[in-house]
Amino acid sequence: MAVRNQRRAGLLDEALAHGGPIIVFDGVNLSFDDKVILRDVSFTLQTGHTKVFLGASGAGKSTILRLILGLLKPDAGRIFVNGEEIEDMAEEELMRVRGDLGMVFQEGALFDSLTVRENVGYKLFEELNWPLDKANARVEEVLGFVGLSEFIDRMPSELSGGQRRRVAIARAMAAKPRILLYDEPTTGLDPITSVSVDEEIIKLRDLEGVSSVLVTHQLRDAFFVAEHTAQRNGGRVSLERAVAHKADEAEFIMLKEGGIAFEGNAAELRQAASQDQYIHAFLS
Amino acid sequence: MTGRVQDWVKDAILEVQEYVHLVTKAGRSVLTPPIYYRDIIEQFDAIGIGSLTVVLLAGLFTGMVLALNSGLTLDQFGARSMVGRLISASMVKELGPVLTGLMVAGRVGSGIAAELGSMMVTDQIAALRALGTDPVRKLVVPRVLAGVLMVPLLTVLAGGIGMVGGWIVTVLQFHVASSIYWSSVVQGLYVQDVWMGLIKPFFLGFTIVSIGCHVGMRTTGGTQGVGKSTKLAVVASSVAVIAVDFMVTKVMIVLLY
Repeated sequence: MAVRNQRRAGLLDEALAHGGPIIVFDGVNLSFDDKVILRDVSFTLQTGHTKVFLGASGAGKSTILRLILGLLKPDAGRIFVNGEEIEDMAEEELMRVRGDLGMVFQEGALFDSLTVRENVGYKLFEELNWPLDKANARVEEVLGFVGLSEFIDRMPSELSGGQRRRVAIARAMAAKPRILLYDEPTTGLDPITSVSVDEEIIKLRDLEGVSSVLVTHQLRDAFFVAEHTAQRNGGRVSLERAVAHKADEAEFIMLKEGGIAFEGNAAELRQAASQDQYIHAFLS
Repeated sequence: MTGRVQDWVKDAILEVQEYVHLVTKAGRSVLTPPIYYRDIIEQFDAIGIGSLTVVLLAGLFTGMVLALNSGLTLDQFGARSMVGRLISASMVKELGPVLTGLMVAGRVGSGIAAELGSMMVTDQIAALRALGTDPVRKLVVPRVLAGVLMVPLLTVLAGGIGMVGGWIVTVLQFHVASSIYWSSVVQGLYVQDVWMGLIKPFFLGFTIVSIGCHVGMRTTGGTQGVGKSTKLAVVASSVAVIAVDFMVTKVMIVLLY
């Protein structure tokens, strides 16, 4: 892939090693007019791990994803993605950094005027200029991965909510990014469809080695993603309950009024609920 | 009260600043890669071919009604043979560019604001950026190029069909011979008029489309916001058409006459 052949910052090797810091927030602050959105937020996402952001609506969860993508710039603090400091980067430079990022937006944000094939292959056709047959093969491969091969020539308006989210996941993963950002991928979906979306997130993390940042207020989905693992047995993919050290690779961050109220794994989050009223109210 | 005025002035200055920023960015993007040729061709089709019917109908009926009204007046002085002269001068210099501009503002300006506005509120523009595409290059540049190049062509056609409309009425209603009408049309045109009629629409096309893009890209507030943007785009670009027409006419009179 063209993006991966480009020269990157010196910290990239460290960032890309398993367990290396692929995303770092260091004392990030952001306000809109007088409203504080994020207050001194610091965290590190290790390569191949998952960071789950929880919190009430307006707590700043989605803002963190937009900061990682460079769609917003912080008022203060530093943000590293793939070893590159991005908060002062110009839009042209950010385009290069975004080559390693995929984002699944709330409601999917599929392009209305394009078919599922064109949506999923957008980056390959328009930005990376892959040969047509290679790009089409990749589109068919990722649509097969999310189980929507037969919908390839449909328009987004002909899909259900769950199918749109899965197409959005396919679009985000088509160019093989190292990091995937999910913005409330299961909100508004029925439990069965939510589980199918959760399974795609787990499969991408465990089978494709993608580092994930998941923003949600659907606790069931957050714990499901954190506590399950995907394995390939021959040609089949199976989901199992994760062993303790694997489950620890998924960390939860609870945001409260722009600041971090909790950071830790699933077991620690359950334990903290007994001591902290806000977390307790959120989990119950 | 003073606070409100201050806020209004601040907002107005911010709008102008953002508009200039968008236009500058679009200007730079025209000259450097990547250029989305397929989108440019699609916009030429959408703005140029798509507006053809409405512009031709407006031009035809304007020419016809102009012939009717001017014919009646000129007839009182026994000058019905001069109708062609009046129609060509009016259509080429003023009515062709302005009417085409207003038609395109209504059809294209609103469409652009609604389309880009919907893309804004459904995160499609954020998705474009996330996928490594600059929305200005992908969405604004093709529309601006199409507006700048297609509105002059539409204006020429509107002026031409307006003269045909005038010819139909002059021949059928006032029983003036075709040859007299057409020679009168040619006599009424001066080179300066033709230049004015050809140069104005470049400015009008740019104004309409850039306002539509700016308003669309600044949309917030869900579907209600899209409605507001659409209305604002039509109103702002229609007023801008008249204002820009005045300013360009003023400058061209100084330069050409």
